[in-house]
Amino acid sequence: MLSAESLKKIDYELTKYPADQKQSAVMSALAIAQDEKGWLTTETMDFVAEYLDMPSIAVYEVATFYNMYNLQPIGKYKITVCTNLPCALSGANEAVAHFRERLGIGFNETTTDGKFTLKEGECMGACGDAPVLLVNNKRMCSFMSNDKIDQLLEDLSK
Amino acid sequence: MSQPAQILLAGLSPSDPDDWRLKNYEQREGYVALRKILSEKIPPEKIIEEVKKSALRGRGGAGFPTGLKWSFMPKQYEGDKYLVCNSDEGEPGTFKDRDIMRHNPHMLIEGMLIGAYAMGIRAGYNYVHGEIWDVYERMEEAVDEARAAGYLGDNILGSDFSFQLYNHHGYGAYICGEETALLESLEGKKGQPRFKPPFPASFGLYGKPTTINNTETFAAVPWIIRHGGDKFLQLGKPNNGGTKIFSVSGHVNKPGNYEVPLGTPFATLLEMAGGMRGGRKLKGCIPGGSSMPVLPGDVMMQTDMDYDSIAKAGSFLGSGAVIIMDDTTCMVRALERLSYFYYEESCGQCTPCREGTGWLYRIVHRIETGKGRLEDLDLLNNLADNIQGRTICALGDAAAMPVRAMIQHFRDEFAYHVEHKKCLV
Repeated sequence: MLSAESLKKIDYELTKYPADQKQSAVMSALAIAQDEKGWLTTETMDFVAEYLDMPSIAVYEVATFYNMYNLQPIGKYKITVCTNLPCALSGANEAVAHFRERLGIGFNETTTDGKFTLKEGECMGACGDAPVLLVNNKRMCSFMSNDKIDQLLEDLSK
Repeated sequence: MSQPAQILLAGLSPSDPDDWRLKNYEQREGYVALRKILSEKIPPEKIIEEVKKSALRGRGGAGFPTGLKWSFMPKQYEGDKYLVCNSDEGEPGTFKDRDIMRHNPHMLIEGMLIGAYAMGIRAGYNYVHGEIWDVYERMEEAVDEARAAGYLGDNILGSDFSFQLYNHHGYGAYICGEETALLESLEGKKGQPRFKPPFPASFGLYGKPTTINNTETFAAVPWIIRHGGDKFLQLGKPNNGGTKIFSVSGHVNKPGNYEVPLGTPFATLLEMAGGMRGGRKLKGCIPGGSSMPVLPGDVMMQTDMDYDSIAKAGSFLGSGAVIIMDDTTCMVRALERLSYFYYEESCGQCTPCREGTGWLYRIVHRIETGKGRLEDLDLLNNLADNIQGRTICALGDAAAMPVRAMIQHFRDEFAYHVEHKKCLV
């Protein structure tokens, strides 16, 4: 269900926890599964549950609680913009307006070509770099002026 | 010799891409404290005594004395004990732990090693905020380096002290910065806080005695051991030992992290951050992260940046996140955004918080959108009363305090919004 490469990564995560606490690796296992599949289907979550000897419901609980897991199909690039107060004081809302205009979509929407999904984020712990955004959860982009947003969209569209 | 004004960010050259590495840290007196402890076989209780003397207080937000916390761990316990670092930095306005981990990860590792030695702990976890993935990867690399050099693992530097350290990442839940929610999350569950007592020192990770400290707290420990608790205390002021990193965000010319001795005047910090953007007037400041009460600009300008001074001024130092708002800021809109955050991040476990944060947001939202009523201001205070102190963890308090303070200090602006259906600014 998951590639050998993903399983290897999960196995590494498992070495961090006591042998009888495999459940501790569920957050990283789901993140690894999501990196491979794009989003978490019930089948993927069931597979993770079986792999970690957990009840499926316990995996669903984790996947639905933490907001960086994608529980629905998503664009190739998920762009999450922090709009919390410190970022809003330094141009986050203007950055969002620019994305809306450039992509023609609002929050939780995906462009018709399936390329971009726009999300509203909460504090990413980088308020000094506002406006801040994440591409596919793992790539943080700082000081996102309209020019830098245009550049980012151009790079990702290639 | 004059004392250094910096400890945590001292001697760093952010332009050097290898500055975080082990060999560079060793050149900055890195792992000297650990070597001294192991070679001189310093008794664990002497270390806790030194940390107590330093008046180091928890840098995550609560400000609890670190040495005292360490002394709560059972000494004669036979089974496993755990040490956990709370690097789940998600309090709006706070971005200091990110800089410690990306620029000085070994300082955190050394601090955890010393804590582990002092409390007789053999395994620990560093829980890193999910949104800063590159920092998590850096910590993974730094732990690998420390392990390869014999600073982590079995029989560290040939001694009988062993300590294993692992990084664990979050994946988007503010509540996991609450220590017992963090433990639940480490166990692979939803991050819902536990009742206290029992406190983590008796029932923590996997039900074992556990101590949890913030990244910045651990990172201060090697310096305290090298120079002594008294020196650390003298850097700050009584009951407020040492330096502290303040994360300055919002309407300043140079947002960023500034490490200064506790007790530094706010005006000095503001100047370090380049002063107000566009030379505008300071209207309000949240001095300790979004959960803390806002203070009017003129009150802030008279306040010093330490736990006791800010408490006296009517707020809290919290995590040291200083959110600066100039006179163009609409306080109703500012509160609306914060209230939305707590509504979004409430874990849903306690009714007053789960329901109350939604009510708070909806009422502030209706004032902001011109549908408010004057009695809404009292209703908001009443709601805050019904949340604060009535929940398992402090998220409820964190949602209530900003509401109360905003209405207290900027009531006219809220009333104007209700009457004129638009902003005063």
